[in-house]
Amino acid sequence: MSALRPALILAGLIALWQAVVWATGAPPYILPGPAAAARAWIANGELIARHGALTLAEILLGLVVGVTFGGASAVVIAYFRPVRRWLLPVLVISQAIPVFALAPVLVLWIGYGMASKVVMASLIIFFPVAASFYDGLRRTEPGWLDLAETMNASRWSTLRQVRIPAALPSLASGLRVAVAVAPIGAVVGEWVGSSAGLGHLMLHANARLQVDLMFAALATLALIALTLYFAVDQALRRALPWIPETSFEPERGRS
Amino acid sequence: MDVAGGAPFSVQVRSARVAFGGAPLFDRLDFSLAGGWWTCVLGPSGVGKTTLLRLILGLEEPTGEGALIACSDGAPLSGRVAYMAQQDLLLPWLNVLENVRLGSRLRGEARAREGSDERARALLESVGLAQNADHYPVSLSGGMRQRVALARTLMEDRPVVLMDEPFSGLDAITRVKLQDLAAVLLRERTVLLVTHDPLEALRLGHRVHVMSGIPARIDDALEPEGAIPRSLNDSALLGLQGELLSRLTEAAT
Repeated sequence: MSALRPALILAGLIALWQAVVWATGAPPYILPGPAAAARAWIANGELIARHGALTLAEILLGLVVGVTFGGASAVVIAYFRPVRRWLLPVLVISQAIPVFALAPVLVLWIGYGMASKVVMASLIIFFPVAASFYDGLRRTEPGWLDLAETMNASRWSTLRQVRIPAALPSLASGLRVAVAVAPIGAVVGEWVGSSAGLGHLMLHANARLQVDLMFAALATLALIALTLYFAVDQALRRALPWIPETSFEPERGRS
Repeated sequence: MDVAGGAPFSVQVRSARVAFGGAPLFDRLDFSLAGGWWTCVLGPSGVGKTTLLRLILGLEEPTGEGALIACSDGAPLSGRVAYMAQQDLLLPWLNVLENVRLGSRLRGEARAREGSDERARALLESVGLAQNADHYPVSLSGGMRQRVALARTLMEDRPVVLMDEPFSGLDAITRVKLQDLAAVLLRERTVLLVTHDPLEALRLGHRVHVMSGIPARIDDALEPEGAIPRSLNDSALLGLQGELLSRLTEAAT
């Protein structure tokens, strides 16, 4: 049943989509049905694959850059007191600027190519990763730190062997958010200015009233985002098997 | 097992003062741990037992005038004291063997690895967990986890061991077994055991103190007779337990 559930949910969503089309009687150039979108998807398979591959590459690169910088910043902020005092407020202030508003500036500075989208995605990813990891680093069980101190561990060793591993579950939460928002960064970057990518394809299909193609591209984007999310989620579960997970329901049959 | 650092030395705490906020928890407090003996401290919760233990561990700074923590052999205590807490403090991402070796891991003693691996396994065997070396803490029961913590404490091989209610989270039978095990494995060491269980103090303590009052005082020690761990059937123990309980009740009012 649990293996079938995603397929059932998908089928249900498609049925709902079709139901809305039938109920509203919307013309295909406003809201194409799932069948029309599927036809457009097959007819433009090569085109969608080409643009989709580029967007996927932007998302992945953005993830690598954003997670690296976010994770490293959290460790540096946690370890160096002066950095913490000066950089932490800067980090919070930087979040007051909506990253989307930066997109045109980024395109102006870095150009229409892939780089501006990667930077855009990294910027969006950076904060959830840095914030959640830093939060985890701060919340180390005090008893572990006392123990490390009585064992004459250096500050660096305590950070590396106790604080960082203990904060990995928090980092994992940040990563899950990052993976969910990374596609937004890439696509917004493509909307503002680009010559390729799914965002570009959607914008142009929309302008030419190829709404079925737009929906096909949208579905592809959703597919990429979902696949990435579940891949990362599974990888994290496998990498951190020691994180206790408790059930929301009362457990029976356990002593 | 030989105790590191030669003959047991005693530890003196003199004129210690610790205050959180305004009122001092204790002030001009004198206390000592006799070398090679188990000293137990009982007292109502919040009286400052744990703070006293943390003070000796070096985790709290004494603030009083002329405050001093000294060892009878003249050397500083730092680096010669091991800590065992009420929670087992096992790191969930390390297996049992790695947890036992935590100290050398934290100090980056990679080169000593082979010898220490052997010693860690021997210690695990002495606490009855040889079969569980590569298990993770999450799969162990509370008693097993505390036995791993005991092995980790012994692995540090320090002449002074400070224990903060290490057995209080366990059921009665497991507690008695672990008390016996600790008494055997920590023989010859200088031990401070903070506890709220009078019977535990009487089974394990060469000296049993009651700490009470604000600011806290530590009364003269009760010195039960006989080698530790004392038998639960010891009738003298029950008499002393009555006396201790009345002292504690007095202290709590």
